[in-house]
Amino acid sequence: MSEITITIDNQEIKTKEGEYILNAARANGIFIPAICYLTRCSPTLACRLCLVEADGKQVYACNAKSKEGMQVTTSTQNIESEKRSIMEVYNVNHPLQCGVCDQSGECELQNYTLEVEVDSQNYAVPDVERKVLDWGHIHYDPALCIVCERCSTVCKDMIGDNSLKTVPRGSEGFNTDYKESMPKDAYAMWNKLNKSIIGLTSGEQMLDCTACGECSAVCPVGALTSTDFMYKTNAWEQKQIPATCSHCSAGCQIQYDVKHTDIENSDDKIYGVKNEWNYVSLCGAGRYGYDFENAGVSKDESAFNSAIEAFKKADTIKFNSIITNEEALILQRLKKKFGYKLINEEARSYGNFLNEYKKISGTSLYSGDLNTIRDSNFVVSVGTIIKSDNPNARFAFNNSMTMNKGAGLYFHPVADPVVSAMSKNMKAITHAPLQEEVVLYLILDLFANKEELPKEIVDYLATFHSTKTITVSETIKEQVIEMVVDAESGEEKEVKKMVPKKVSKEVEVDDNRLVEILKIDAFDEFMEKQLKKKDTFSLIVGEDFYTHPNSRNLARLVALIEKYSDFSVTIIPPRSNSLGVSLICDLDSEAGAYAVGYNEVADFTLCALGEGDLDMPAFNQQEGTLTSINKRVNPTNAALSYGGYTLNDLASALGVESDLTIDYTSQLPTAGGFKSTAFDDLSDHFTNAGEEVRGYALNVKKNKTSNESVEPFNEDEALAGELIYYANPVKNFSKFSQKAHQLNAKGGVFVSVARLESLGLKEGDRVTVETSTSKLTTSLYVDNQIDGDIAYLPNFDTKLNSEVLFNGYRFNNALIAKVI
Amino acid sequence: MSVENNRNVGQQDYYMVDIEDYPESNWDQFKQVVKRTFSTELFVGLWVVLREMLKFNIHTVKYPEEKLPLGPRYRAIHEMLRLMESGTERCIGCGLCEKICISDCIRMETKIDENSRKEVSEYSINFGRCIFCGYCAEVCPELAIVHGGRYENVSEQRAHYSMFDDLLTPMDTFKAGQQKEFPGFGAIIPGSDESVKKTPLAY
Ligand code: SF4
Ligand code: SF4
Ligand code: SF4
Ligand code: SF4
Ligand code: SF4
Ligand code: FES
Repeated sequence: MSEITITIDNQEIKTKEGEYILNAARANGIFIPAICYLTRCSPTLACRLCLVEADGKQVYACNAKSKEGMQVTTSTQNIESEKRSIMEVYNVNHPLQCGVCDQSGECELQNYTLEVEVDSQNYAVPDVERKVLDWGHIHYDPALCIVCERCSTVCKDMIGDNSLKTVPRGSEGFNTDYKESMPKDAYAMWNKLNKSIIGLTSGEQMLDCTACGECSAVCPVGALTSTDFMYKTNAWEQKQIPATCSHCSAGCQIQYDVKHTDIENSDDKIYGVKNEWNYVSLCGAGRYGYDFENAGVSKDESAFNSAIEAFKKADTIKFNSIITNEEALILQRLKKKFGYKLINEEARSYGNFLNEYKKISGTSLYSGDLNTIRDSNFVVSVGTIIKSDNPNARFAFNNSMTMNKGAGLYFHPVADPVVSAMSKNMKAITHAPLQEEVVLYLILDLFANKEELPKEIVDYLATFHSTKTITVSETIKEQVIEMVVDAESGEEKEVKKMVPKKVSKEVEVDDNRLVEILKIDAFDEFMEKQLKKKDTFSLIVGEDFYTHPNSRNLARLVALIEKYSDFSVTIIPPRSNSLGVSLICDLDSEAGAYAVGYNEVADFTLCALGEGDLDMPAFNQQEGTLTSINKRVNPTNAALSYGGYTLNDLASALGVESDLTIDYTSQLPTAGGFKSTAFDDLSDHFTNAGEEVRGYALNVKKNKTSNESVEPFNEDEALAGELIYYANPVKNFSKFSQKAHQLNAKGGVFVSVARLESLGLKEGDRVTVETSTSKLTTSLYVDNQIDGDIAYLPNFDTKLNSEVLFNGYRFNNALIAKVI
Repeated sequence: MSVENNRNVGQQDYYMVDIEDYPESNWDQFKQVVKRTFSTELFVGLWVVLREMLKFNIHTVKYPEEKLPLGPRYRAIHEMLRLMESGTERCIGCGLCEKICISDCIRMETKIDENSRKEVSEYSINFGRCIFCGYCAEVCPELAIVHGGRYENVSEQRAHYSMFDDLLTPMDTFKAGQQKEFPGFGAIIPGSDESVKKTPLAY
């Protein structure tokens, strides 16, 4: 898209050809009222408030595209009268309950009513009864709804659940009285407003979705609110603390809403989480998992001294990736000084994967990120249960299909009805575990430039092709001659006609065994149809790969795809800051004799959950930075106070001294791509043009490449039989999200409805799960957001030690039996 | 005239006091000093005192046995009123008084009640900090929090609190018809009805 100049209200601005006028205006600080438009989603034209005049024609700024030299006027007499009537219409029958409404103070209806200076009402219509609905975690008050469709739009275009839609309101009292007197657009809006309301796409009672709460965030009025938050406090009382969500590697920007705890306790408490929904979409963990702080901690000197003793005695530090870059650096410095072994398996396996990858790709990091996925029109996801591993990767995948007329392939052994339903243009393929290499070979086969791809691989791929003869039926037009009687003259006439006719014929086609091994039906037809007009490709790979027995080979195949095809690759970090940790720490594979654990159980445990030997601050009580999937270093701030000791205090006492943890921000290793920027110099916002001015992007370095050899796959490795998978349900990522009162859940074996039936068991039954490595007794739960036979076990529950059932790889054979 | 329509408290028989012109030059000032020093004005004052004493006409208010009547716009310790019709509390928990309070001495908690309405669960005013500015009463959209007439609020501690129930009109007072509509600071401005534009209704 080329840069062009348009004029809005006599101001010349530069924008891109085809950009919506509204976005162009916003990016240049020109205000055009608009309610229904959401950046990154499709315009719905529900509010019609964004009227402007472009080259003499009245258009909607949110869906009219900029053209070179366009002259735009934001205000004419007619536009002003339309706006005035639109805002009057929105206020007809709107309850006068700002005094108690949760949206009051940040309500767009309040704001625009004042902006347009509505001081009297000219319209009236009898109201219909609109009952308040409790949809589980979301509360819907239709009386307040202005049917802007932002909720249903974001759910469809961004999130991909498609759980909300407009339904008929059933308004008998509506008539066409104002057709003549009301301005045209206001009338069209009034007509639609009075006939519709928001309802559920499936079911009636409960919002059965992945519960991201994005609909309530985008709702401009108080119609959709969080059930838990209802009437707890008011918008103007809370202070916003900018932070980075610590639950997964998407590293979403969030704001904690804080206010004093109650009338007696002046300490801050988090009441909720806000997001800049035009640019960031949160999942349920980010939105509802905020109160995991380690509360009521004071400095326990004796515990601190025992911790120092433990460090002196220890030869190993165990930790995980829910840690800031700064604290990871402290651990690395401790390692340097005292020779500790650093154990963090998830980050180590991820780091190894990246290291292998860069040997072929020649770059230190992968080329893609969530934005490149969003901008693609053909996305392939392999090796990740995307909706729970990294919800924002799924949003980006979905967004690419809804906004760019995109298509995609989703490969995973666990069938996922939510992901499958995202788009008709996506094919979800369930393959056997340990067949991930076949998928990558298939992608190479389909998309790699065979002229450049190493010859051995081209030859290897060719071995899977053969020709076969199939019978296809096709419709041809055939000429027939019919005799008809002319109505006027009564004469019989010969008429030539073309009629369709089905014929079957034999054709020779290419037979691809890779497709056969993966058992994909109607694959060629799908690809032929969906690859039309596709030019930007993204590959998402995930956690299944890093602990895969053939992880090394997978990394090399991914790098080959990156190098020899048009795909940009995004390699999802398995936990919040696995990328940062893998770039900062030299991790070890074998633990020593005595270990100090940081948020991991060990001989001496430092714990932010309040369960260890010495308390540590939780993420919402810490400042520092996190490295996200987008290869950015994002700052986070402490929303709540913390009275105890921190890792920095311990390190300082041990001789790795620093005043504050954030003093380490500027010392993060430049060799890993970090910059020597101080914490206080990091920005954290989005511009009106949607540009992310948050922390900084890591430097991606070029490196020498080595040979490009890859191993063939072994078809017989495929796991069959009864299987379990190591994964979390949507919204729960860790012990921290689990601690939040709205996400608190019990861990167990989760199965699909179908599997529950085939097991002949009931939800809640005690079962044993036995694998080659271990055996656990736990409860059985149903997750209706998976299909198929594979059960999964989560790791968010500290009481359930699921990892013992696995042998590195996320899948394992297991027997599930009822405890008798 | 009802109090609602006449905010001027006390008797209305004002008159202009006859005041001499101020001296303008030094000479005028000198003349004024001489005149005041040698005239008998001092004795006029002494005579007035003596006369009133003999007549036994004493105006001192014998507080605390005797208290002056307060004007409706006087701002003393707050009260929380009930709805005249139903007797339920007027406060809807909007939080505006808490927000506007200039000395940050109001704090409240709200929650959703069993009828899905917003309910005030805790409310306190720290009278040790309150400056009786009246903003809370003025901002209150429900005329729920108002200023009462109790101005004796000594306490042993600098901070002293009143809770919601302390401020709320007691039910027996209310049942006895003792709760008066509040006419003072923050009450509806006389004649408001005429300035409101009516919203059409389709019923
Ligand atoms: S939605 Fe907005 S206008 Fe409506 S009651 Fe709530 S705050 Fe007031
Ligand atoms: S619920 Fe909110 S976001 Fe959805 S249509 Fe109504 S007003 Fe718009
Ligand atoms: S858990 Fe991940 S996707 Fe969800 S809000 Fe947090 S960072 Fe974003
Ligand atoms: S009178 Fe003024 S200082 Fe006192 S509570 Fe009301 S607003 Fe606050
Ligand atoms: S302003 Fe009035 S209605 Fe609102 S919380 Fe205060 S007392 Fe209650
Ligand atoms: S913002 Fe353009 S029609 Fe609503």
